[in-house]
Amino acid sequence: MKIRVLYFASLREKLGRAADDLEVPAGATPRAVLDQVLGEKLAQYRAAVAFSVNHEYTPGDRPLSDGDEVAFLPPVSGG
Amino acid sequence: MSVRILIPTPLRAYAAQQASLQAIGPDVRAVLGELTAKYPALQKHLFDDSGKLRSYVNIYKNEEDIRYLQGQGTALAAGDTVSIVPSVAGGSGVAEELPKLSKEEIRRYSRHLIMPEVTLEGQRKLKAARVLLVGTGGLGSPAALYLAAAGVGTLGLVDFDVVDESNLQRQILHGTGDVGRRKVLSAKDSVLSVNPHVNVVLHEVRLTSENALEILKDYDIVADGTDNFPTRYLVNDACVLLGKPNVYGSIFRFEGQASIFGAPGGPCYRCLYPEPPPPGLVPSCAEGGVLGVLPGMIGILQATEVVKLIMGIGEPLVGRLLLYDALGMTFRTLKLRRNPECPVCGDHPSIKELVDYEAFCGIADEPEEDETALTAVELKARLDKGEKLVLLDVREPHEAAIARIEGSRLIPLNDLPGRVSELDSTDSIVAYCHHGLRSASATAFLRSAGFRKVQNLSGGIDHWAVQVDPNLARY
Ligand SMILES: [Zn+2]
Repeated sequence: MKIRVLYFASLREKLGRAADDLEVPAGATPRAVLDQVLGEKLAQYRAAVAFSVNHEYTPGDRPLSDGDEVAFLPPVSGG
Repeated sequence: MSVRILIPTPLRAYAAQQASLQAIGPDVRAVLGELTAKYPALQKHLFDDSGKLRSYVNIYKNEEDIRYLQGQGTALAAGDTVSIVPSVAGGSGVAEELPKLSKEEIRRYSRHLIMPEVTLEGQRKLKAARVLLVGTGGLGSPAALYLAAAGVGTLGLVDFDVVDESNLQRQILHGTGDVGRRKVLSAKDSVLSVNPHVNVVLHEVRLTSENALEILKDYDIVADGTDNFPTRYLVNDACVLLGKPNVYGSIFRFEGQASIFGAPGGPCYRCLYPEPPPPGLVPSCAEGGVLGVLPGMIGILQATEVVKLIMGIGEPLVGRLLLYDALGMTFRTLKLRRNPECPVCGDHPSIKELVDYEAFCGIADEPEEDETALTAVELKARLDKGEKLVLLDVREPHEAAIARIEGSRLIPLNDLPGRVSELDSTDSIVAYCHHGLRSASATAFLRSAGFRKVQNLSGGIDHWAVQVDPNLARY
């Protein structure tokens, strides 16, 4: 299935892009997609990212559906 | 149709110290009637003489204010929770007079007073309100100026920092002539020049677990504009423990976020991020940079939410996280929910008092003596002795264009894993960046890749410019 992935803040900066359109296996979870995107190089982000699916905050283990928009949100502390 | 009624602390004195009780009724009016029949002393605190709900009393059905439902006619179902929430500006929620406005204040606030949503009463609520701004930096600056202009009666300012030249690009409370001054003092001058009617209370301290509850307890609303994770978790937890709304804003480079945490029924920061990120993962403004106008946008969003909360108008940003992207000029809103498992605001909280937030965020008190680090002065001495060193600049090319140490090689940190073969593991290498953080990562990476003689320049090129080469530009 096809999903759209949005990157925010330091993750956007690290990856050098704001979004991806990805083909993922049916039933993939936000966390599995995140792991795939991060690879080994950015693995330290694994525990730090919050997820939203279709504009709603969601746990990382909720299965995705075709056409979903997933956002990966690392925390931000600047003031 | 049994529903639960939650009674706020200040009103429990009139309800036999009950925090909650069960009631039965088809709608809000019926269950409040049952409540006041049982505890007649509550009547005058909830209703005025004509039987209308007092303006400083808010009633929520679950997470929603009944003013946006069907008022007291809002239907209830079994298992619903009805919360009585004192309006944040009325202070205690117990009947008390709002302060009067002078003729001069009436002239000053006339554009507020003529709006039916505000009126004299809304302006008097602003005057009664006590708002604490944690941080007088990028976010606190615009928030303080607008809240002062709007007529917030008491503004508390927390900051222990001194104005630095690099603050001026965005921290509009402070001017060029304030460089080197204590931030709270320069902030106070700016606030009073906008509006001398504001009572400015200064807290020139670092907010800690020891002083936070004592400082926050005197305020109705807290606006979080700090620049680090330990203080963000501290402010969040303190607000949840005290039952104060935390109007949150945060920024990174070109992006910002805002929300209200700790409001009745709404989520807190820990519902979103139960644990802080590993130290060093998320750069601060000093490390990552920030667009100067960005905190203007987010700080003003915070000020707007504060004013709405005080006057009790509109839809507060509770249960929503607003994400702003200055480059795309887009706003998106994500729905948030309170997490029943949240360690601080959940149904069975494990955190019931403030903890050590520096330790919680993995920040050690004393940096350990590090054999892999050397100072700018030590580096200079070794270069002067003619030692053969490879100076490895791991910053970005646009930073090297501002200032660089003569003879260094540029490989940005992100490219290092792919370009490691360009380096010789038998060379003595000294890695540097702007302040020493990225080069510490580079040093750790190279050591794990088998480079034995790698060291990190502590304090980066900034210390080099201060201690060794004053002709170098600092940024
Ligand atoms: Zn929470």
